[in-house]
Amino acid sequence: MRLLIGFGRFWWDFVVGDDWRVGAGVVAALGGVALLAHWGVPAWWLAPVAVVALLALSLRRATRAAWSR
Amino acid sequence: MSTTILFLAAFFASAVEMVEALTIVLAVGVTRGWRSTLIGVGAAAVALAAIVGALGPALTLVPLDSLRLVVGGLLLVFGLQWLRKAILRASGFKALHDEEAIFARELAEARSAGHEERAGLDWYSFTLSFKGVFLEGLEVAFIVVTFGGHRGGVPIAAAAAGSALLVVAVAGVLLRAPLSRVPENTLKFGVGVMLTSFGIFWGSEGAGAHWPGGDAALPAILAFVLGTSLIAVRVLRREHGRLGLAAPLAADAGSEP
Repeated sequence: MRLLIGFGRFWWDFVVGDDWRVGAGVVAALGGVALLAHWGVPAWWLAPVAVVALLALSLRRATRAAWSR
Repeated sequence: MSTTILFLAAFFASAVEMVEALTIVLAVGVTRGWRSTLIGVGAAAVALAAIVGALGPALTLVPLDSLRLVVGGLLLVFGLQWLRKAILRASGFKALHDEEAIFARELAEARSAGHEERAGLDWYSFTLSFKGVFLEGLEVAFIVVTFGGHRGGVPIAAAAAGSALLVVAVAGVLLRAPLSRVPENTLKFGVGVMLTSFGIFWGSEGAGAHWPGGDAALPAILAFVLGTSLIAVRVLRREHGRLGLAAPLAADAGSEP
């Protein structure tokens, strides 16, 4: 069991890293692209905008955490 | 064009990881001998090749759109991780990776570790070099396999990784010292930009979006991500200065990316 948890934790750290909200945001953004495309609305702009927002929020969290230390 | 970018992304990502693996291998080899160390390196290389060899062809069985969605999403998550840390390092909010310091630490640990022989090998040298090369290489294998989202992507990325291995190995043999002059953070920044751009492009295509200009949109996405990241570095550097911080706030524990 411990081995399994360790294995899962390794892959979580490896892929998602220390800010899980970025991963969740990427999933939400690509879901939004799929919805827009399904409705026939141009959707190419959504992922770049989402990346800027996710990066800005994640950097803000990291620098605030550093500042509060 | 996208093939060139794909090759460069895989080459630089591999080179950065291999520089870090080389530091560990050199420290162990120099202090405890090369035989067990090199057997560990070889075993890790075989394990990584098996992962790429098994997963690469399996990806060709998945429909291209689904593959691009999954691969694009993974590259986005992965690329943003690299980019985020590279921006924090470039702006002074995180310490730069110091190969000399890591080399000195590994040397001290290798000298003080006891001798245990298993299967005719110095077990410490074997496991440390295996773990170093395998864990650093896993990221490369992951990138190589995810580039299977592009037609013919796995062979191109594998060739890039092989070339990087050759360059770093030759440099390591010639210098017999950690490659501390390699601008690691600049390379990681570049790789983060490229992985994120591929992630945006493939992820959106896989989700059903159509890029204006088709494949020609990729360089524009690259320029957009690069520009955004450079602005972020500039803003955070100013913030770092405004806070009156001379030294980086968070020490780099040597974790990746």
